[in-house]
Amino acid sequence: MATIAAPRTSPLAESLRNARQAAEHNPILSWFATVDHKRIGVLYGVSAFIFFCIGGCEALLMRAQLAGPNANVLTNDEFNRLFTMHGTTMVFLVVMPLSNAFFNLMVPLMIGSRDVAFPRLNAFSYWTFIAGALFLNASFFTRNIFSGDLGAPDGGWFGYAPLNLRAYTPGHGMDFWMLGIQILGIASLAGGFNFIVTILNMRAPGMTLFRMPVFIWMTLVTSFLIIFAMPVIAVALFELTFDRLFGANFFNPAAGANPLLWQHMFWLFGHPEVYILILPAFGIVSEILPVFARKPLFGYPFVVFSGIAIGFMSWGVWVHHMYTTGLGTVANSAFGISTILIAVPTGVKIFNWMGTLWGGSIRFKAPMMFAIGTVAMFTIGGLSGVLHSMVPSDYQQQDTYFVVAHFHYVLFGGAIFALFAGIYYWFPKFTGKFLNERLGHINFWLMLIGFNLTFFPMHISGLLGMPRRIYTYPSDYGWNLWNLLSSIGAFTIALSVLIFIINFLWSIRKGKPASADPWDGRTLEWTIPSPPPHYNFAEIPIVHSRDDFWHRKYQEDAQGNVVPVLAGAAHAPTLSGGDGHGADHDDHGGHGIHLPSPSFMPLIAALGFPFIATGLIYDYALVPVGVTLLVVGFYGWALEPAAEEEA
Amino acid sequence: MAVGSAHLETSTGIDNRKLAMWLFLGSECLFFGSLIAAYLLYRGHSLTGPYPEDLVDIPFTSVSAFILLMSSVSMVLALASIQKGNVRNMQIWLATTAILGAMFIAGQAYEFTEFHHEGLSLSANLYGTTFFVLTGFHGAHVTIGVLILLSLLTYSFRGGIQKQDSLKIELAGLYWHFVDIVWIIIFTLVYLIQPQ
Repeated sequence: MATIAAPRTSPLAESLRNARQAAEHNPILSWFATVDHKRIGVLYGVSAFIFFCIGGCEALLMRAQLAGPNANVLTNDEFNRLFTMHGTTMVFLVVMPLSNAFFNLMVPLMIGSRDVAFPRLNAFSYWTFIAGALFLNASFFTRNIFSGDLGAPDGGWFGYAPLNLRAYTPGHGMDFWMLGIQILGIASLAGGFNFIVTILNMRAPGMTLFRMPVFIWMTLVTSFLIIFAMPVIAVALFELTFDRLFGANFFNPAAGANPLLWQHMFWLFGHPEVYILILPAFGIVSEILPVFARKPLFGYPFVVFSGIAIGFMSWGVWVHHMYTTGLGTVANSAFGISTILIAVPTGVKIFNWMGTLWGGSIRFKAPMMFAIGTVAMFTIGGLSGVLHSMVPSDYQQQDTYFVVAHFHYVLFGGAIFALFAGIYYWFPKFTGKFLNERLGHINFWLMLIGFNLTFFPMHISGLLGMPRRIYTYPSDYGWNLWNLLSSIGAFTIALSVLIFIINFLWSIRKGKPASADPWDGRTLEWTIPSPPPHYNFAEIPIVHSRDDFWHRKYQEDAQGNVVPVLAGAAHAPTLSGGDGHGADHDDHGGHGIHLPSPSFMPLIAALGFPFIATGLIYDYALVPVGVTLLVVGFYGWALEPAAEEEA
Repeated sequence: MAVGSAHLETSTGIDNRKLAMWLFLGSECLFFGSLIAAYLLYRGHSLTGPYPEDLVDIPFTSVSAFILLMSSVSMVLALASIQKGNVRNMQIWLATTAILGAMFIAGQAYEFTEFHHEGLSLSANLYGTTFFVLTGFHGAHVTIGVLILLSLLTYSFRGGIQKQDSLKIELAGLYWHFVDIVWIIIFTLVYLIQPQ
């Protein structure tokens, strides 16, 4: 790239340059300046897992309170704050960023690229996420947490109007909630733009859209959902911000406002959001099942098109969250039908996964166990979802534990199981070591049993009439046993997560070494060494078919049996025409490959958001500080060279 | 990192930055769409005055709308100039665009002040709430656009924008035209069409 900028050797630019170069070689500082998609993916993953543990502890406190009738573990006020934070945390701080971790780690590797389209925007996305997440959780400390006085938001994760207004929810909890989610939305948007451009523009030669791995397809659909759904919730949150902080009337019935506006906007975002949470999981499962069944994915085009169909249809089902708000029979019927219809492409995927397993020579490794668990548990959650699409049935189940059971089967049984499957599957790629298989199986079975023990009884307590969000219940309602079972299950899940943590920490040091292609995979990430070099591909691969790597390794003989390609005949064509052998073509050490330079600017810009948000709540003097950080960050970003010129 | 032209099918052929800008504008459509939807939902539902018909000055706002539309013309001319390599003309047209944009913002500031004197505030009624937030977010977008134009202008004085950098001007132009189009919709729905 020709450098056309006039030579600028101001002392400031020089010292910034030196700081960046110093950061590149400092083991700690380099993480704050990194623009490498793999390191950002690790940051996303580790942060999201920490929030998973925090959100899980919130759930355990609630389950301890609900284990028996008339318990006194928590007060009603604490319970309200914990379920609000549990929901908000699991959606925005766990499943979304954990999916984002996989987008970051896998997208460039699976499409044969050296990085994402906008590496610094990627870093900005992460730092904005962490700024929003810490800001949101700081709300706990806005009252004296040490005397047991939690300050967290208490309006439920969907913060319904007009309850979310200052008159009905005083204190700063909801302020932290609305501004925190706003910041997190900016992080998601930045990631969404980045991954769409990366996938549409940066695929390796020959990788046409319909040769892309399904995980990449699902990332693409998810990213489109993110960039179109996030602005809707952003407006709803801005409106709430104006109502709460500046006396506007968007949701104030006293001024003639219709509080249902909030519900419409929230769920117009919220239902695509459900698919933002689950489609990446579908992608992960679609990668794992074929590898461990040793068969190609059954009906690849159907899986892809049903994913796209889900993406479109997810915009037309939001009223099924609002059947009981009195929109009338026409609206309810129409949305009931659209909700039933969206189950069709979802069902298509489930049958395709079953077709993939059918007749395969299945290896029951830990990733496969979690992937199969995902399919089974998600199917149960999907079926109870179809029950909810029926309006009269939903009238009975609205706001009961039956709904809680449903969405945990979908989001825990679906998304979390798949994300664990992804961790077990791709851990060897990024560490060069396997996670312990035996601990993995214990992890899986404990989680599966604990999960079903927690959430299956909720179907029953829900049908017995137990409402959501109550902090305690009398002993003569027939709910005691089911709640006790749920609480035992919750602690079983916690045990399984503890085993996972032990497995992770042990394996990262002493795990069995893994080769470049430990699972006999079919996608491009397995063609490069484990862990991947920072430039990913020494030579950009050329792709000739779907599951290209598999076809490089295997061929059909005259009888139609799959046999390995003879040694020496394996041919990994690359752009330069080199005849590398799969993984071991790393001989020039990546010299001469230009990668983007590290930068502190995304971090500086992202730091501006919590200052602005805190300033809006407590003291406007902080707002200019935040704006200054943003401006400095963005201008520094625009003016610094994206990659150092060659010395 | 660029993919060779022989393998066009694995890239849209659109520059990464331009594609990202289009996606951003697509996202912005939903943003303004939601704000406009809230305005339309509450149109004519204010319980107390002042009402739009007491306040709206269509001739005045028509002039400021015309100014903003003309700024799109000068933006096009700025891009055309740099694509021909004429840095001087580009600077003139960029400055013109920024000045027209600033005039629009000044008009909006005057209008907000006038409305406020007439008793309309963010908390006065639903009209005040939806009007100020919708047009305010649009004004903020124009303001950011003016800042982008002024930044590009400053950068060009330091020789940072030559013929081969016309994409920078094109991206700013895409944003600028989008903000103009949004104003056409807002002007029609909020000013021209009044509830009975």
